[in-house]
Amino acid sequence: MADTAPSRSRDLDKLLLRAGNLVGPTFEPGTELRDDLQEYARILVVGAGGLGCELLKDLALSGFKNLEVIDMDRIEVSNLNRQFLFRMEDVGKPKAEVAAKRVMERVSGVNIVPHFCRIEDKDISFYNDFNIIVLGLDSIEARSYINAVACSFLEYETDDKPQEETIKPMVDGGTEGFKGHARVIIPGVTPCFECTIWLFPPQVKFPLCTLAETPRTAAHCIEYAHLIKWDEVHSGKSFDPDDPEHMQWVYSEAVKRAELFGIPGVTYSLTQGVVKNIIPAIASTNAIISAACALETLKIASGCSKTLSNYLTYNGVAGLHIKVTEFVKDKDCLVCGPGVLIELDTSVTLEKFINLLEEHPKLQLAKASVTYRGKNLYMQAPPVLEEMTRSNLSIPLYDLMDKVAKDILHVTGVTGQSDKKTSCLRKLRVVFRGVDGVTDMDMAGGA
Amino acid sequence: MAEPKTKYDRQLRIWGEQGQSALEKASVCLLNCGPTGSETLKNLVLGGIGSITVIDGSKVEVGDLGNNFMLDESCVGESKAKSVCAFLQELNDAVKAKFIEEYPEALIEMNPPFFSQFTLVVATQLGEEKMIKLDRICREANVMLIFARSYGLTGFVRISVKEHTVVESKPDHFLDDLRLNNPWPELRKFAETFDLNVPDPVAHKHTPYVVILIKMSEEWTNSHGGSLPSTREEKREFKELLKSKMVAIDEDNYKEAIEASFKVFAPPGIKLALSKVLQSADSSFFPFSIAIGSDLQQIINDSSVELSSTSSDFWVMVAALKEFIATEGGGEAPLEGSIPDMTSSTERYVNLQKIYQAKAEADCLAIEQRVRNNLKKLGREPESISKATIKSFCRNARKLKVCRYRLLEDEFSNPSVPDIQKYLTDEDYSVAMGFYILLRAVDRFAANYNNYPGEFDGPMDEDISRLKTTAVSVLNDLGCNGSTLTEDLINEMCRFGAAELHAVAAFIGGVASQEVIKVVFLS
Repeated sequence: MADTAPSRSRDLDKLLLRAGNLVGPTFEPGTELRDDLQEYARILVVGAGGLGCELLKDLALSGFKNLEVIDMDRIEVSNLNRQFLFRMEDVGKPKAEVAAKRVMERVSGVNIVPHFCRIEDKDISFYNDFNIIVLGLDSIEARSYINAVACSFLEYETDDKPQEETIKPMVDGGTEGFKGHARVIIPGVTPCFECTIWLFPPQVKFPLCTLAETPRTAAHCIEYAHLIKWDEVHSGKSFDPDDPEHMQWVYSEAVKRAELFGIPGVTYSLTQGVVKNIIPAIASTNAIISAACALETLKIASGCSKTLSNYLTYNGVAGLHIKVTEFVKDKDCLVCGPGVLIELDTSVTLEKFINLLEEHPKLQLAKASVTYRGKNLYMQAPPVLEEMTRSNLSIPLYDLMDKVAKDILHVTGVTGQSDKKTSCLRKLRVVFRGVDGVTDMDMAGGA
Repeated sequence: MAEPKTKYDRQLRIWGEQGQSALEKASVCLLNCGPTGSETLKNLVLGGIGSITVIDGSKVEVGDLGNNFMLDESCVGESKAKSVCAFLQELNDAVKAKFIEEYPEALIEMNPPFFSQFTLVVATQLGEEKMIKLDRICREANVMLIFARSYGLTGFVRISVKEHTVVESKPDHFLDDLRLNNPWPELRKFAETFDLNVPDPVAHKHTPYVVILIKMSEEWTNSHGGSLPSTREEKREFKELLKSKMVAIDEDNYKEAIEASFKVFAPPGIKLALSKVLQSADSSFFPFSIAIGSDLQQIINDSSVELSSTSSDFWVMVAALKEFIATEGGGEAPLEGSIPDMTSSTERYVNLQKIYQAKAEADCLAIEQRVRNNLKKLGREPESISKATIKSFCRNARKLKVCRYRLLEDEFSNPSVPDIQKYLTDEDYSVAMGFYILLRAVDRFAANYNNYPGEFDGPMDEDISRLKTTAVSVLNDLGCNGSTLTEDLINEMCRFGAAELHAVAAFIGGVASQEVIKVVFLS
């Protein structure tokens, strides 16, 4: 006992310095592993909310020293029942900045870089700098976006064999009330978020005719006030769910409508819940799910134990049920597959190519921005970049891609029908016809 | 001070004012404030638990900083209980937080009455011998107890509560209480005002599916000697019959009726009103607890329904419920009173809703009278159970659950050998069962050798072979002679060396705090 110097990693050392039989295939125990985790492992936490706060704490106490966190939100009073890094006096400040500061204050040696912005504001290359991306999000769209970004780095040796060094692992958590999930996504190996998108059923939307003609529930009355009456009365002024006066107006209109039809149950709290689609959240569930995610992150980074394969659900509603399901990859996934193959003549200009993407039956990608190996070929926004890249539009893509016969391109844009447009990122395999070394059927991606 | 309503908004949406008030009345005692205990309390303090008392006799060491977020450099050498308590207080000033610098083991030995002042005790990282003693102390004092332990990459949370009665269990899947094949007179009369063959297409597509199913179920039973569709063929036929009544393909109400037709097939009465899902959800993995479960029939036939001076409010209400089912209820529990949303004109839907509500209120009133009578007979204040409580009881009568937990020493001295043997060889559960045995074995190991296996650096061969022997003796004592654990698992347990990893502690602490919240709501 006497020969052991006091060390902060007293407990973690047992796991990282000792050999075991139930460990991951890459595990090489020793002080070097511990030091490498501290020095070289770079982890990005997406979201600094209920899960994000816990994740930063858990990762900082799991041997990681280089963390970054990205979140566009500011702290609200209703966060304080679970987002334990925030205090009343922090309300209004950026979550990412306060969370990073608090954890650094308490865990010496850890460095956390906050990013107070939207996830789409960062270049794709920003995300490539991390070894593992951990997601603490509450929206399907944001998960989908990060998933596409991480999968865009993936390149394949052959159609079903991903290149090891291009794999960007993700760990994703989510909670609702007493329930939650934690999952490990190894692009190219396990299903990506898009492969199993059916796990997240779309939000229920009421038909407008029900709202307008046959309301039956309190929620119908609220959505009538929110979606129909607001526009009728406030011509041109858009509804702001964070403006208490707007919310109050919707509430009182909903009450009037409910009284008219004899429908019970409209309250201010329900109005907020319906309009903002509030998901109930408690500290304990966030703690459980984040801890599971942090542990998986440590396992992926160190190999100190076998990783979750690949989707864990936690349900504490009646009793306690934990289930692990091994989902399978969708071979034809547009996001984590080798990429949609596009054959082009060498004369096709960038502008023509962008138009092609919109008509492409699988992609239907409008307003595309195009990136090649980190180089912006054309950017729709911001205006400065648009102007700088506009002149490329008339140049053949073949020339812009340095006259290689085939390679991978990244495009971002919007897909979906008129009522639900979402921004997305797609990886494309471009092959130029008639260029040396390429036969028409050569599908292999990568350079 | 900001309005607590806003601060707690996201949790009030789950457990309401009633749940919040139960939480704010609860006083929790934590034994040992390593990361497992600290994280458990953190989640409770954030939610607004009434008061916490942190008990730990140790001083903060440098090693503690690596796994406990509540501690920083300035705490080294200080009382751990004091340091953790100070951080927890910072999280929520509405919580009364205090600490006692004392080893829990000493309190258990020297001062058992100490624990009776709390609603609940959370005992973390406690050895088996002390767990057994504390279990007995808390059971006698009627104090709820939750054990939590993190050990390497494994651990456990276990509840020890004499009786845990759940009124608002809010299961995910539960059959609506619609009485489609057994309508009461007012509902039947309402259904009779509809003509399913109404020529007006607008009226036809706005007939609520509840009415469609009541009428069609009556039509079916009339032509089938009073019995409901029961075979697969009959059920298919019933759905075809519904389909044949459609006059246009866009009639959502008929589509809903076809989809909900299974609600007609369940025979009336309480026995089979339960969904299978809930019953299976109740069977626990391990023979830890005895649940008399969610079968209402079983609950109303439990001996606790014979009231005595010590009967809890819950059982006073169950006794009233039993009488109700046998009399006014005609074999049914009180009506729940709410109906799901369905395609309908507003007026018809609202009227239908009123009929269900009126019946639910009448049923509740009948139960309330019986509850008041029971209270009077017991010599208690007849109004001592509030109307709101009775109402909530009635609304959830079909979902009542009762759990009773065995004492630890019962579990150890009188184990369910076949279950243990089954899980030890089961592909899915053998690792979990193996760790259950090993978590007991390491405590026995520590009692014999004064340290945990692999606790100190150096070669582990001796500890591995000692742990193996100890695990075999645990298995033998359980009556599982001949059962063994894999070398890999024993090896792994030694590798853990009693480490308390932060992420594991946060997980175990998270589970423990969620369970605390659930049992506190019912106290």
